[in-house]
Amino acid sequence: MKVAVLALQGAFVEHEKMLEELGAEHFQIRQKQDLNREFDGIIIPGGESTVMAKLLKDLDLFDDIKGMIQKGMPVFGTCAGLILLSKEIKDEETYGFGTMNIVTRRNAYGRQLGSFYTETDFKGIGKVPMTFIRAPYILETGENVEVLATADNNIVAARQGNQLVTAFHPELTNDLRVHSYFLDMISKRK
Amino acid sequence: MEENRYELNKNLAQMLKGGVIMDVTTPEQARIAQEAGACAVMALERIPADIRAAGGVSRMSDPKMIKGIQEAVSIPVMAKCRIGHFVEAQILEAIEIDYIDESEVLSPADDVYHIDKTKFKVPFVCGAKDLGEALRRISEGASMIRTKGEPGTGDVIQAVRHMRAMNSEIRRIQSLTEDELYEAAKKLQVSYDLVKYVHENGKLPVVNFAAGGVATPADAALMMQLGAEGVFVGSGIFKSGNPKKRAASIVQAVTNYTDAKLIAELSEDLGEAMVGINESEIALLMAERGK
Repeated sequence: MKVAVLALQGAFVEHEKMLEELGAEHFQIRQKQDLNREFDGIIIPGGESTVMAKLLKDLDLFDDIKGMIQKGMPVFGTCAGLILLSKEIKDEETYGFGTMNIVTRRNAYGRQLGSFYTETDFKGIGKVPMTFIRAPYILETGENVEVLATADNNIVAARQGNQLVTAFHPELTNDLRVHSYFLDMISKRK
Repeated sequence: MEENRYELNKNLAQMLKGGVIMDVTTPEQARIAQEAGACAVMALERIPADIRAAGGVSRMSDPKMIKGIQEAVSIPVMAKCRIGHFVEAQILEAIEIDYIDESEVLSPADDVYHIDKTKFKVPFVCGAKDLGEALRRISEGASMIRTKGEPGTGDVIQAVRHMRAMNSEIRRIQSLTEDELYEAAKKLQVSYDLVKYVHENGKLPVVNFAAGGVATPADAALMMQLGAEGVFVGSGIFKSGNPKKRAASIVQAVTNYTDAKLIAELSEDLGEAMVGINESEIALLMAERGK
């Protein structure tokens, strides 16, 4: 199994460390030619979603990756990754892939002073540590979206078929179970 | 300061990695920076090149001006306070800034003590020109480090020197035996635990950016190849002929910093770079402020 990690900006190395520990092969996508390699899933990390969207377009990666996701490529988006996969962003224009039936609020907890850590239930996994950094949350979910976790009544993890999103950063903790959940999604598809 | 808060503050710096943080003086510039792909902006009244030209005492920016920039963009907003001026820092915390830069670019308010950054909830980034300075700032509570470089010059030599010095000292600490670490801690004037962390991990315990004198995509890629985890660009963008294009090119150069062919394309037709001043021509070495 090989996982591609979008490495345009943000905390992609942290995701690679998790994959390393789980024994999954991985490599970085920084430009178009990287997409020629074979891979079974893709991770869109945390960082600044506006930066990633801009670079996806400038480096001509946007349409190809969007096509892959639409064709069923398993994808895991954390924080900025969640924003890029959202069909709608509350009170703003959508600038990401928009492949997942969710409405998201960006910077939903305010500025850095609103960043926090908590532990709460993740469906099918149990209690997981969750680090929220200037995080978004999901306001509404549409067809075929399963809610996987809520924190203070806000949706913070969800899945729609091949797409998994978390508003928090499992890659900033030592808990490998959310990544392991994603790798399971990949193996079940194969 | 709660343990958690420090972790969260280091985490925010992790999210900025691989990105470019740009100096802006107006909401309009902030929007241009965001559209060009900045991962954060530094709000300040005058960019370092103008501070240098104007001379005199340089202080924290007007909170109203900073708030205007906070309103204009969705990316994190940073602002500078003077070294040791903890009340300026309190003010910046009160307006919910995302990161405070306790910066040698402004006139120092205290020539002995830096701010006790552990007393704050908002994160701090501090400049350093060698490993000792970096670790001392971290022990005071900084959750991100940048090279000092020489701000406002458009001359990258000092940023290179500081990054090389830091990395070479890190490699030296790695090569020491465990019992030699005590002496190293004494010489660096930092705690044994921090030196031990560097010894075991071969890196600082926080994210480390390059800053000071970066003016071109090639400068930015140079700093990345030397080991920076991201880049601050101050005067280099809005002091140049075509800020929008230059900003976007620097952003791409930081992502693909080893692809010379791409950087060659990115370096084409950028218009005039900031004129800059050479290290030997500067009367005031800002990097010598706060050690």
